[in-house]
Amino acid sequence: MLSIISLSLFGILNLFLGFLKSRRILLPATLVFLLIALALTAQEWNQQALYFSDMLRVNNLFVSFSAIILVTALLVVGISRNFGDDVEYTHPAEYYSIILFSITGALMMIGFENLIMLFVGVEILSVAMYVLTGTDKRSLRSNEAALKYFLMGAFATGILLFGVAMIYGATGSFKLGGIATYVQTAAQYRAVSPLLYIGLLFLFIGMLFKVSAAPFHFWTPDVYEGAPTIFTAFMSTIVKTAGFAALYKLASVAFGGAYGFWAQTLAVIAVLTLLIGNITAAYQQSFKRMMAYSSISHAGYLLLAVVAKVPDSQSAILFYSLAYSLATVSAFGVLIVVSERKPFEGSPDERYAAFNGLAKTNPLLAFVMTVSMLSLAGIPLTAGFWGKFFIFSAAVEGNLTALLVIAVLMSCVGIYYYFRVIIAMYLNPSEGDEVIVSSGFKLTLLLTTVLTLLFGLFPDLVNSFF
Amino acid sequence: MLTLILILIPLMIAFVLLALRGGAVKRVALIASLVELALAVYVLSIFKADTSSQFSLSYDWIKSAGVQFAIGIDGISVLLVLLSTLLVPLIILSTFNHSYRNPSAFYALILMMQSALVGVFVAKDAFLFYFFFEAALIPIYFIAASWGGENRIPVTFKFFLYTIFGSLFMLLGLVYLYLQTPGSHSSLLSDFYALNLSAAQQSVLFWALFIGFAIKMPVFPFHTWQPDTYVESPTPATMLLAGIMLKMGTYGLIRIVLPIVPEGVQEWGLVAVILSVTGIVYGSIIAIQQQDMKRLVAYSSFAHVGLMAAGIFSLTLDGLQGSLIQMLAHGINVVGLFFIIEVIFSRTQTRDLSQLGGITQNSPVLSVFFIIMVLGSVALPLTNGFIGEFLLLKGVFSYNTWIGIIAGTTIIFGAVYTLRMVQKSMFGVQTTATEQFTDLNLNEILVLAPLAVFVFWIGLFPNAFLKLTEPAVAELLRTMK
Repeated sequence: MLSIISLSLFGILNLFLGFLKSRRILLPATLVFLLIALALTAQEWNQQALYFSDMLRVNNLFVSFSAIILVTALLVVGISRNFGDDVEYTHPAEYYSIILFSITGALMMIGFENLIMLFVGVEILSVAMYVLTGTDKRSLRSNEAALKYFLMGAFATGILLFGVAMIYGATGSFKLGGIATYVQTAAQYRAVSPLLYIGLLFLFIGMLFKVSAAPFHFWTPDVYEGAPTIFTAFMSTIVKTAGFAALYKLASVAFGGAYGFWAQTLAVIAVLTLLIGNITAAYQQSFKRMMAYSSISHAGYLLLAVVAKVPDSQSAILFYSLAYSLATVSAFGVLIVVSERKPFEGSPDERYAAFNGLAKTNPLLAFVMTVSMLSLAGIPLTAGFWGKFFIFSAAVEGNLTALLVIAVLMSCVGIYYYFRVIIAMYLNPSEGDEVIVSSGFKLTLLLTTVLTLLFGLFPDLVNSFF
Repeated sequence: MLTLILILIPLMIAFVLLALRGGAVKRVALIASLVELALAVYVLSIFKADTSSQFSLSYDWIKSAGVQFAIGIDGISVLLVLLSTLLVPLIILSTFNHSYRNPSAFYALILMMQSALVGVFVAKDAFLFYFFFEAALIPIYFIAASWGGENRIPVTFKFFLYTIFGSLFMLLGLVYLYLQTPGSHSSLLSDFYALNLSAAQQSVLFWALFIGFAIKMPVFPFHTWQPDTYVESPTPATMLLAGIMLKMGTYGLIRIVLPIVPEGVQEWGLVAVILSVTGIVYGSIIAIQQQDMKRLVAYSSFAHVGLMAAGIFSLTLDGLQGSLIQMLAHGINVVGLFFIIEVIFSRTQTRDLSQLGGITQNSPVLSVFFIIMVLGSVALPLTNGFIGEFLLLKGVFSYNTWIGIIAGTTIIFGAVYTLRMVQKSMFGVQTTATEQFTDLNLNEILVLAPLAVFVFWIGLFPNAFLKLTEPAVAELLRTMK
């Protein structure tokens, strides 16, 4: 809880730091702020408390998911070396502040105990994301993406709020506990108000939009492609982690009693998401667009764990989000530098071809990218493997056989498109020159790679907490 | 502890190699693999031929999930550990006349591959097994895709996707089994053996597990990746694939499928045997048509592995014993044959039988070794192939006479396609390609001589090897009843 308060204060502080006109201070300052928030979060481990008139619950779920978000944010800020240097990013202080504010929103989405808090969290996170998407002011793509994201996002939040209102109408409560009690007792007497079902669906639609599950995924490729890559990395990791934490909480805590009602709906959505995400990704020529569809497909795997709704689901979602976030940050990190190597038709080259021969010119970057792709593909030795493993375990436990077969087939498709990058880097002839990468940037990328391999070899480092 | 060292030596040296440059790389890799071999021979010498798992070791790997890092060598794995430690030094030595670009990565990947292969054969935990099973795939993919022939990229990609596809289903099967274990779950293979599964469960599980191994071996009709991959890969990778990696599949059948789903094997065994025997006939007939020597040996390997699988599913002591000894024998023969093809290719720049001929006139030594390897491969008595194929056929015969008769054609077909290869390449009139042929140099003799020794050693004294495995195989069959 302290982390939420401190992060919003730090955000304001960051704005004032902007007056110093010293861009060198901002990046380290933001890192320090995030580290402090991480420490504040960590010391709440194993505590159970309710704050703000029972609107926010601190427990291990909150601490662990917050930790993932803060670590991811640290890594993203770590590779944000050059906004500040570029002409487009004339207001670095604002961007760092918006990042900090958006994280407060994400943390509220994880800790919510009251649907109002969920809504406020979603809004804070989303508005920040709309702004960050449009930061490349001179690029038409970035502007278009921001507008699209804003229009669709606002619509989805509207539906979410509508859902909250209807649930209140049916249950007379905004609180998770109150809703859960209503659902259970009403289900016993077979007197569940139809309003609840409609409200639940609306609420889920709002959340599924945020985590880009099909068929609410149409914004994802355009927005991911249009946003500056650094913010794509931020949005594809933080929003997804927070979104799934919230969705899991809703599904298992508040609406656990109505499992029979939503399980089938979510199962169909999971299948759609897996199919659309993976198959469309296989057809992409742009790496960045492929990553957007791959992010949709990962939402599908995560949904499996939500649908399974077994005790192990939580740790499966947690591990998967962590593995996915680490791999995604390093993938986008490498893309940032590689895309600037040799512009293609006047804009940064984000095609697969941009990676041709990278192993010869920059073996280190190629290695980072390889580990990241292997992890996303779920190949052993990487964290991604155990992520898939825990998800599949949860799904087997929940008897989701048909879903599992689809998920396995789709992982093979996934291997196909992730390996195209590896093939381009190692087996195709080189097209560009060596990319010069600053040492801080390298260090961050190496850190994500080392963590991915470390969790791949010793998943217990994370899992022993649960 | 020794087992762990066997896994770690190649892995550690692989990382050392990455830091080295120049000619030292080859030598360090060779020395490391020889040390590994010496250790494996030592392990073999103190190995007791009984049913127990020896040199065992177990750590908690993922404590919360009950997954253990449990390794050990028993009668079923002992020959395969020998195989993977014996062949790798020879494979490394076989590359000494050839300079591969970026040698440190090349040899490091070979050693990583070896580490994972040994890991597969000693793993006693299902997920550890799976872990090594996949870990072996990554180095071989990179070796084949980076140093292979012209068409390597799509071909190796197909190989990679195909095998991953199979192993993912295996993973699902293993996860399901894991969740059936009592209490807070365990993934030790011995706990899987003890499960009481219903016939319906076993029936489904059989296919989930079988497909993974069948693709790896490969069994008809999952073989389409194999000939192209063997042909396009650089010869050391082909040797690793055919000599050792293929055995992961047959080993998996014995280690995982038979003891865990015995009723599933009863139910589907006939189908599996028929598929395997189909592969024998089909592979042989295609091999007879081949002009490319490497492709010919690739199809012959496909035919041989079919017989191994059929022997395993015969569920007889002879069949299983035969398959274990044949895994060793086939590994030795196929590596020898691929090496000889590479020798011929390096001198003539062709593997096409229609452009070869009369090699024997310039190279008596090569001819002798070639014929030894071929005789082993066609299972002539007194060679290693005979022991394996005889036992395998005996097993298949006692399973079903008619299938045994069809499987027996492997000996005839084998003689036809391999002898045709020898005749067309070695005998007859010299062609423009083979006029300047020079005989083997010392290096090449050093590769082939140990292989030739093993061809006869196993052929003449099979009991030394069969005794090692017999108690464990007999115990396995007893528990299946």
